[in-house]
Amino acid sequence: MPPPLPPLEHHPFLRGLSPEQVSAIACGIRELSFPAGALLLREGEQADTLYLLRSGRVVLELNVPGRGTTQLETLKAGDILGLSWLFPPYRWSLDARAVEPVDAFALDASCMRGPTPEHPVLEPALAMRLLRHLYDRLERVRLQRLDVYKAGA
Amino acid sequence: MSPGAPLAAGAAGPMTPEPLRVRSLRRETADTWTVSLDVSRRPGGFPFQPGQFNMLYVFGVGEVAISISGDPGRPAELLHTVRTVGAATHALRGIGRGGTLGVRGPYGRPWPMEEARGQDVVVVAGGLGLAPLRPAILHLLRHRAEYGRVSVLVGARTPEDLPFRRELARWQEDSRLRVLVTVDKASPGWTEHVGVVPALLSDVEVDPARTVALMCGPEVMMRFTVRELERRGVPDARIHLSLERNMKCAVGFCGHCQLVPYFVCKDGPVFPYEKLRPFINLREV
Repeated sequence: MPPPLPPLEHHPFLRGLSPEQVSAIACGIRELSFPAGALLLREGEQADTLYLLRSGRVVLELNVPGRGTTQLETLKAGDILGLSWLFPPYRWSLDARAVEPVDAFALDASCMRGPTPEHPVLEPALAMRLLRHLYDRLERVRLQRLDVYKAGA
Repeated sequence: MSPGAPLAAGAAGPMTPEPLRVRSLRRETADTWTVSLDVSRRPGGFPFQPGQFNMLYVFGVGEVAISISGDPGRPAELLHTVRTVGAATHALRGIGRGGTLGVRGPYGRPWPMEEARGQDVVVVAGGLGLAPLRPAILHLLRHRAEYGRVSVLVGARTPEDLPFRRELARWQEDSRLRVLVTVDKASPGWTEHVGVVPALLSDVEVDPARTVALMCGPEVMMRFTVRELERRGVPDARIHLSLERNMKCAVGFCGHCQLVPYFVCKDGPVFPYEKLRPFINLREV
């Protein structure tokens, strides 16, 4: 029997935050499970959720006309998925497909992008964590596009 | 014998190649081949340590430094895995079964398998960097009880560019190893990771006080991976890189492979990162 999945506050994205900070960030939390092959995000659809992956793997895909579907990056337990809710027009720019069964927390983006009296725009702790995440992803993309394994590269 | 000293059995001296016949060639990828050389006439075969290389001479064409990719526990079999990228390697591929190559070696400082004993080992390979690491992995498997957790992280451009694919699949089924594979580009149907090698580190448990990292691949990939290991607190002295430079004499005379105070052929090709740190980012070298 697999070990129980860690609770929300133990997810690496939120770990170390105070209960007040977590509750300021996380509202409308749902615990979701996806079977292998299921789409978590579909390009063009409304982006209103931040997923915190708890188990399994998700691959980001882009359909390139004439070339078909290309896999761009794999995300896994401990990663976050879906940032298109941050900026208008709030539409997913990629597909995200479960490679294997996936468990995730789904956080309602409306709480994070506010503003509402209860949820001011981007709690600073959340903003820094998103920046860290985006910076890490930028580094990975830079390395990936160098095509370092190409002969003569 | 010091690790860098060449084994000259059957050869007249460190600069004289020993003719050996090609026993077989096995295709690994579209441009990469594993060449098996016949060492049956050598007493004791061709002993070497994981991470060492030989100079392979294609008569009349040129000589290239190629890592030994075989099993150090089976010296009766001498393997090199070669990517056809230049005149000598193209000619080497063209020799075919029964043809003759000149061989000098083995040369170079090997992977620190003794130092890693009792420790967790993280092996990080990019592309054909898996070739010089394969002997280390086979050594770890042969002496498995003497090491802690062993993780093998492998990256390639596409699934088709992965060398030793069947063996990788076997290793993934082997409970004594944790093997993760990633590629930069993939099409639907690929179910392993997509992305860069350093990202795989988040999938393995790294105890900085008892982890030794062995790494070989494109230098940029290694720099990014070193950074990721440093973020996890692994000290520079525990991170070992195998460098590739333009090696000619292989014995520290000619200076073609000089990296500031070091000759990569003699002082390397395997270095602890603490020695490389001052020089690895210099654009002039």
